[in-house]
Amino acid sequence: MYPGTRNEVYFILITILKLAFKKIFVKMKKDQGGLLKGFPVAFDSAKNTSLHPDFLNELSRKFAGKLLTRHEILINDQMFQHLLSETLFQPIPSIQKSILSSPTCNRCNNTKKSLFALIPCTKCNEFHYYCRKCIMMGRVMECEPLYFWTGRSYPWPKLINPCSWTGTLTKAQENAAEKIVDAISEGKELLIWAVTGAGKTEMLFPGITKALEQGKRVCIATPRADVVRELLPRLQQAFSSVQIQGLFSGSRDNDGTAQLIISTTHQLYRYRRAFDVLIIDEIDAFPYHHDASLQFAADRAKKENAALIYLTATPRDRQQDLIASQKLNHVFVPIRFHGHSLPIPTMIHCTSGTKTLPPQFLSWIKNRIKRERQLLVFVPTIKLANDLKKSIAKLLFAENLIFRHSEIEHVHAEDKNREEKILNFRNKKIYTLITTTILERGVTFPSVDVAVLYAGHQVFDEAALVQISGRAGRSPQDPTGEVIFFHDGQTNAMVRAVKAIKQMNKRAEIFKKKKGESR
Amino acid sequence: MYCLWCDEELIVHVNWLNLFQPESRMNVCDQCKKNFIKIEGKVCVKCGRPFERLKCHDCIRWDEFYDGDDPLLKNVSLYMYNEFMKEVITRWKYRGDYIIGELFRLAFLAKFKEQYLSLLKDVVVVPIPVSRARAMKRGFNQANMLASFLSSTVKDVLVQKHLEKQSKKTRIERMTTINPFSITEPINKSVVLVDDIYTTGRTLRHAASLLKNNGCPEVYAYTLIRS
Repeated sequence: MYPGTRNEVYFILITILKLAFKKIFVKMKKDQGGLLKGFPVAFDSAKNTSLHPDFLNELSRKFAGKLLTRHEILINDQMFQHLLSETLFQPIPSIQKSILSSPTCNRCNNTKKSLFALIPCTKCNEFHYYCRKCIMMGRVMECEPLYFWTGRSYPWPKLINPCSWTGTLTKAQENAAEKIVDAISEGKELLIWAVTGAGKTEMLFPGITKALEQGKRVCIATPRADVVRELLPRLQQAFSSVQIQGLFSGSRDNDGTAQLIISTTHQLYRYRRAFDVLIIDEIDAFPYHHDASLQFAADRAKKENAALIYLTATPRDRQQDLIASQKLNHVFVPIRFHGHSLPIPTMIHCTSGTKTLPPQFLSWIKNRIKRERQLLVFVPTIKLANDLKKSIAKLLFAENLIFRHSEIEHVHAEDKNREEKILNFRNKKIYTLITTTILERGVTFPSVDVAVLYAGHQVFDEAALVQISGRAGRSPQDPTGEVIFFHDGQTNAMVRAVKAIKQMNKRAEIFKKKKGESR
Repeated sequence: MYCLWCDEELIVHVNWLNLFQPESRMNVCDQCKKNFIKIEGKVCVKCGRPFERLKCHDCIRWDEFYDGDDPLLKNVSLYMYNEFMKEVITRWKYRGDYIIGELFRLAFLAKFKEQYLSLLKDVVVVPIPVSRARAMKRGFNQANMLASFLSSTVKDVLVQKHLEKQSKKTRIERMTTINPFSITEPINKSVVLVDDIYTTGRTLRHAASLLKNNGCPEVYAYTLIRS
């Protein structure tokens, strides 16, 4: 026997072994196909995987519906490789290169060339593209794929009586709530156009209740972290037996594993086909309205046949067009929850420079009817908020409206103590709050008068002015409030805002007559 | 071209000076440029912070600490530390937005020429290293990037073991840390250490004393920011 024969024998043996293994492997894959279709857990996972069913369950709760980078998956390398080999995770290239056009980021759908850059990669010793658009969510690099969970989805429980809210809805709210319930059970798209102070959040409760009872996963997304912070305690109160997580950049509880999630629209970058119901609050707000990638993320975060509910008080032209052409179902809620009409802004022409307070503002402060109301002053820029604080304080001291310097504060987007100041204002520890447009929406103070200084500035567009006016008269105890635009020349935005508010009040009157609601 | 920081479109003025050198053109808009505040006027002769008299208190304390034999002769910094700078550094270093470093290229080189190249004839630039684990995570070392902007020879001779982040420690904790570096090759020329930020000077002095113990005649430092 010459040595070659032995080799041949080995070769044949190895081939046979390989074939046998392949057969087993294919069989395993088939089983996994069944797993994907959703066989009962205990049955299939015990059969083809070494992993404990409870552990698999835990994993699917954590990762089903997520699209994550390796850094965001807190599993050690060995276990992760194992999960990959069992095709429980599927890698997706994070950045798609193309020869003719600029690359595409598969996380945020960025295709703008200036928002990609090259970085020398220490692992691969070559230059790679990375996406600068979504870098605040952690960098995605060409050589690091995104991972999507392809194991079975998590069976969210069908909750029994999840809602602990005991209030009642007004007829206007009820009307909208019914439509929301219908949209959620049928998986449709619906826009709720409700005036400021209509009680949008409460209108959602029946719909959310229905969804949770059907074992659906719900996400309320909003462009602003402030709104998440405000909504979270209200929902926790209304659904006290349900685990709810609030996600925003820097939130404590941020693994996003709850059945009911409140999140900023930015956090939706981390989801893919996760939610049966996606509610987007304040769709017309910055930055969601301006940022196509956030809209892309929202679209990807919902399941294919999910219900999509939009909430807004000031729809933009685009949504108005969709409504007018009947491409988007909508409900209009023209009436505030306490039944009173919206305060109509007064425009006062001022004659002054940009550094000092207009004399018309001084005389308005002196002659205000209800002096016990707190004062919310909007200014267009951070610098003005700083500059005017002193002179406004001086005026208020002279009028005996405040007695301590701590009773007047100013806030803006970069203010670290912003939450604290807003809370103090709500608790009436602060009498006057000077703010930029960050407080234009989503916040409720019971009894305030609102002044807008330099209302002609371009940051005060129609939507902003309508929202700002909506801060006044929000409580049933004090349903009116003054709203004054101080300007040095009327802008279209101001005129259109006043017109829009008047129109909504008119529609409210018609609604009241039709429904015979007197409250 | 777009501004590297705010992504506003830039109007680039092409002239005979920068026609063939696209990298010498502006890459930041005027609005953002205003926020980078250069250190000018009277500074502490030792650490380069704005200071009215000759030497600041911290540097006097360093002299006492080393008994008058401070391994670091001098530090020069380019920018002041402010809220804006903090944001820039966070995005550059910690988020890993590598290209942000290009913002500093021209100014960093200019001040180096003015402050060091006119004084020292033969000089080697040594970047302060980060540990391998952190380099893996971030993908790059910011000091290496800064050093690459300079016109002199760069020698990456220092190695760092993985330790806790300096920026998370208090002053006393930072003073008493053991030397985190080791050296791969001695240098017998004047050295300018390069790093992104000078806070207490502890890290730079660790590197300086190691270099001096291995036969380096004099060690200077050049940092982007003096905090």
